[in-house]
Amino acid sequence: MIADIVLIVAAALFVGVYVSWRAGRIDRMHARVDMAHAALDATLLRRSSVALELATSGLLDPATSLLLAEAVHGTRGGDRPRDLAESDLTRALRAAFSQPDFRPSLSGKDGADELLAEVESAAHQVFLARKFYNDVVAVTRDARHRPLARVLRLSGKAPVPEFFEMDDSLLADFTPAPLNPGR
Amino acid sequence: MKIGMVCPYSWDVPGGVQQHVRDLAEALIDDGHEVSVISPADDETPLPPYVVGAGRAVPVPYNGSVARLSFGFVSASRVRRWVKDGEFDLLHVHEPSVPSLSLLACWVASGPIVATVHTAIPRSRVLVVTYPVLRTALEKISGRIAVSEAARTTLVEHIGGDAVVIPNGVATRRYRKAEPLSGWPGTGGSIGFLGRMDEPRKGLAVLLKAFETLGAQRPGLRLLIAGRTGDPDEVLNRVPAPLRDRVALVGQVSEEEKIRVLHSVDVFCSPNTGGESFGIVTAEAMAAGVPIVASDIEAFRQVLRGGEAGELFTAGDAAELAAAAGRLLDDPAHRAELSAAALAAVADYDWSVVARQVLSVYETVVLGRTGVAVAQ
Repeated sequence: MIADIVLIVAAALFVGVYVSWRAGRIDRMHARVDMAHAALDATLLRRSSVALELATSGLLDPATSLLLAEAVHGTRGGDRPRDLAESDLTRALRAAFSQPDFRPSLSGKDGADELLAEVESAAHQVFLARKFYNDVVAVTRDARHRPLARVLRLSGKAPVPEFFEMDDSLLADFTPAPLNPGR
Repeated sequence: MKIGMVCPYSWDVPGGVQQHVRDLAEALIDDGHEVSVISPADDETPLPPYVVGAGRAVPVPYNGSVARLSFGFVSASRVRRWVKDGEFDLLHVHEPSVPSLSLLACWVASGPIVATVHTAIPRSRVLVVTYPVLRTALEKISGRIAVSEAARTTLVEHIGGDAVVIPNGVATRRYRKAEPLSGWPGTGGSIGFLGRMDEPRKGLAVLLKAFETLGAQRPGLRLLIAGRTGDPDEVLNRVPAPLRDRVALVGQVSEEEKIRVLHSVDVFCSPNTGGESFGIVTAEAMAAGVPIVASDIEAFRQVLRGGEAGELFTAGDAAELAAAAGRLLDDPAHRAELSAAALAAVADYDWSVVARQVLSVYETVVLGRTGVAVAQ
């Protein structure tokens, strides 16, 4: 009799510990989603601010400047959903960068090379951050979807994290500048 | 940036991952970053100033060959202390699903962690069974890198999630020039092989078979084989008796000797039948400017630009290898072309280029986060 009670209590304890571990895990995942989202947000903001800097630098012709500035404006609280607005900025940047002789015509002008490199590296970081964000979203959604997590509502009130889809394909022929060769 | 890097394999044993860690660390240090590497190492091994030894590694069978790994609570507590003292902005672990220091580091640390996956392996039962154990540690990784498409596929299939592909780097300048071994390459033609002889996937058997044909046709042709071996006689016995004195086994070589070996042959052969995710040795041969004949596995196809920078043959097909190597040996002009193409292609893989891409990943992962700490 006593043995039975001990067994039942032990089993209940075990189940309790396991369930709370599972809940804690889902909780940590949501925290990671938030961090990855903050990083993605930061890269998107950085990209739009360097794009605006390029647009207003006076290095480009007025039409390209306006095109870029419009696209940047769209990413700053317009009516267009963010994913679409950011994709528009990608396309505007790509259109600007793929003009014939775009780079050679700017090369050598005051600060042009640095600014172009900065835009490209910002665009590349968006690509990376989005990949890492969607990665953790996928893992989290999977964990929330498990039967135990659904039945016991282990994710609590945390909203289902959404993938962030946008056109972030890199600008043509992007290779980051090499580091100091050293030695 | 202050970076803590974790190498899962013993520092004193030559290997692709160890070399990757060293070259990446040095490229980052050259660029002005602070890097500390923790790695298993024998106590007597002299270590570079940026490497912290985590004690002796134990040889255990793993993934079809014998690897020297560090595991257990003692290793874990060493890693914990290193993380605590290091105050890193970011941890970069290599091969996190190998039961060694990298996995332990994921376990004991919290904060921004980047992981690089090196190996491409077919779906293995072991990994599936231990997956729940691995999962908790691996979930902490905030940015993943794969060294090749094949390695990325392994990750996607085994563990789930995705990775950015950043190829391995090669310290190309180190390979450009070297004195050939004395008496090589000689006038009768020579073929080189580098890699462990007791590891079937390195494909030495295919090359030996091809040498039977080639050696019979070309009376002066010699074969230079470098790499760790169990029993040299066992290798020699696989060659027909009349050809034996034309096969030179130099055993395990140091890094400098390896470069000399590459400069000692007319044609370098990478006959791997699989299990290779990038083929660092092939890229090194390219950096040395040796014309290459390689099997057409995905990794080699990519680094050799689909055959532009080296001849490809069907993996495992000794007859085709013999034909391709024969054509190259007979045609010095084509050899020179391939050599130039290989040198041009390998520039994309120089560490200064590759490390910049890795640094972009670091910069993305640390955004808005405080540094690395010991997990509660």
